[in-house]
Amino acid sequence: MEQKKRRSLHIPGGTSILASLISIGVGLIVGLILLYALNAKAAGGAFISLITTGFRSSDKFAKVLYQAAPLIMTGLSVGFAFKTGLFNIGATGQYTVGAAFALIGAIQFQLPWYVCLLLSMIGGAIWGIFPGLFKALFNVNEVITSIMFNWIAMFAVNLTINNLPMMLAKYWGGAQMDRTANLAQANPGALIPRMGLDTLMKSNYMNISIFIAILFAILAWVILSKATFGYELKACGYNRNASIYAGITAKRNIVLSMVFAGAFAGVGGGLYFLAGTGQYTLLKQLLTAGFNGIPVALLATSNPIGTIFSAFFVSYIQVGGDAMQPDFVKEIIDIIISVIIYLAAFALLTRELLARGKQRREDEAEEAAAAEAKAALTADADADVVEVAADAATQEKDEVSKS
Amino acid sequence: MSILADILSATILFMIPLLLVALGGMFSERSGVVNIALEGIMIIGALCSCLFLRVMDASGFGPAHPQWAMFFAILVAAATGAIFALLLAFASVNLKADQTIGGTALNMFAPAFAIVLTWAIQGQGQTTILIPTWSRITQATLGVAVNGSFFQAFLFKSFYQTTIWAVFLFIIAAVLLYKTRFGLRLRACGEHPQAADSVGINVYRMRYAGVFISGFLGGIGGLAYTLAAGSAFQSTVAGYGFLALAVMIFGNWKPLNILGASLFFALFKILGSYSGSIPFLPKFENIKASEYIYLMLPYIVTMIVLILTSKKSRAPKAEGIPYDKGRR
Repeated sequence: MEQKKRRSLHIPGGTSILASLISIGVGLIVGLILLYALNAKAAGGAFISLITTGFRSSDKFAKVLYQAAPLIMTGLSVGFAFKTGLFNIGATGQYTVGAAFALIGAIQFQLPWYVCLLLSMIGGAIWGIFPGLFKALFNVNEVITSIMFNWIAMFAVNLTINNLPMMLAKYWGGAQMDRTANLAQANPGALIPRMGLDTLMKSNYMNISIFIAILFAILAWVILSKATFGYELKACGYNRNASIYAGITAKRNIVLSMVFAGAFAGVGGGLYFLAGTGQYTLLKQLLTAGFNGIPVALLATSNPIGTIFSAFFVSYIQVGGDAMQPDFVKEIIDIIISVIIYLAAFALLTRELLARGKQRREDEAEEAAAAEAKAALTADADADVVEVAADAATQEKDEVSKS
Repeated sequence: MSILADILSATILFMIPLLLVALGGMFSERSGVVNIALEGIMIIGALCSCLFLRVMDASGFGPAHPQWAMFFAILVAAATGAIFALLLAFASVNLKADQTIGGTALNMFAPAFAIVLTWAIQGQGQTTILIPTWSRITQATLGVAVNGSFFQAFLFKSFYQTTIWAVFLFIIAAVLLYKTRFGLRLRACGEHPQAADSVGINVYRMRYAGVFISGFLGGIGGLAYTLAAGSAFQSTVAGYGFLALAVMIFGNWKPLNILGASLFFALFKILGSYSGSIPFLPKFENIKASEYIYLMLPYIVTMIVLILTSKKSRAPKAEGIPYDKGRR
């Protein structure tokens, strides 16, 4: 009895998965309603292509995996910071700087892919230092710093790439002015290896980036749940004052957490642009890949292993969303995702409700069982009483007959 | 001289959305709700009012009575912004959700919704809503003769009704926050909601009011930004909502300081876009694409200012914490 009551205090993993699934379900229903409202004739077909395209062919599935890899990394980035109680809305900037470092390494310095990936990690980590440092030293809200540094990152990267003559596609004989060189021309050695997976899946998108991302997810999980360092990070997130009281240097942990978060996002940028299928375009807009890490982390409730699955899901419906064109604009996917985040914002409430419901059901079952047992007991007792009475009666009879 | 008039006029033009939206953020945060959704609120306000202007243009009412149509468009922007903000209030007050995440959801929703709606109304691929040309206040509107004076160049270069309303709204906002019973109660809810509750103030209602006002001002700010940015609404306000948040923090959650902060940022923003035509600014001629340096400038200056003022910066104490009656 005592054991069961205690268990419901800490919310079991099963209910948080259920809460995420409910959020996803409601988001998809909203999407379906929207599709019908916009164009009832094409809605059914579009919705089916939204939810089946990713599995329809190995080419599409490869694309899901290809997009999922950077999403896992940005999701890990946001989730890792969440665990320390920080909201890393700057994954976009860290992703951009990571991508730029990787591309500069690949094109300007002609380095192999693993060095470029390491560079992207360093680039992201450098960009993650700022929000952490400003928060720790000056108590400037990390959300504001991250947002400012997203824009600074984008402009700084554009400025840098413009001033390195080898970086642009034009140098390598490309037609476009506004993007970086095609890696297959500039430095094939910087492409993330495909190890025959591309011929297996019949897709140009397929390479080993998804496996690298999963390895990072496992690394993040080990840091957070097995290492002292990760424990300290989480302690800072749960209650900063209590952790300081317990002798944890909270300021150092805030900075380190943001550095790790930045490194993850940076690798995400590296994985995406070293695949060779996308070229960095010099636009005056922030890349959306970093922002998409937020729903990924929220759906996974910041759990690194869960991030793998939620990134897969987000990538899956994005591929599905592309397939809805041209009947529908693909931003419908963003609406679905935003509904999912809105619901995830009070996921804790949903989870508590679920846990409470479960607890109530358990309690009811327990009470029912107890009542039954009690009833059985009373019935037994009644039977005993009857028996005793009967015994007494016979005894009495005997005694009467004796006398 | 005319370039100075241009710069001053453009600074005022870009200052208005920052001022309005930062004031909106101030009301929300003073009531205890972190409003990161300002960006989304601006987009929704701009979307609905631009659609309204387009309808007015098509119906013939707009060209006939341009300033009345403009006035109604401002009301539409305010109303839709406020209604959209209620989604944040619902999540953060009733459901006690994480306010930052709720705001992020709204920020993600708004541009996507704007694109979807613009497509649905204007047909495939049409992602911009043109703003009718009659929306501007010109010399002809006021019946003034055109002369080439500095004052006219400054005033009528880009003069919209939103500018006039922003002045009024600024005064009303300052009075409302400091000189009324409502303002005192609102501030109390942002500092110590338990104490406010103990003297009979309905904290939930006050927070709803704070978020509602921020939506009201944010919506108008969205329209003001779109008018300032060009001739069409393109489903974005280019990070102005976030910049307004920084302005609010720099302005230390106080109306007068916010006024100064928004002027400061607008000036840096405009210096960036006019960098080519201002003689005394360095040109960085040996660097390619040097316009990016000036584009970066407002953000870097923001960061430096935030660090310098961080010691004096004092956020409302209870912001971001959902109020739970049961908790002491």
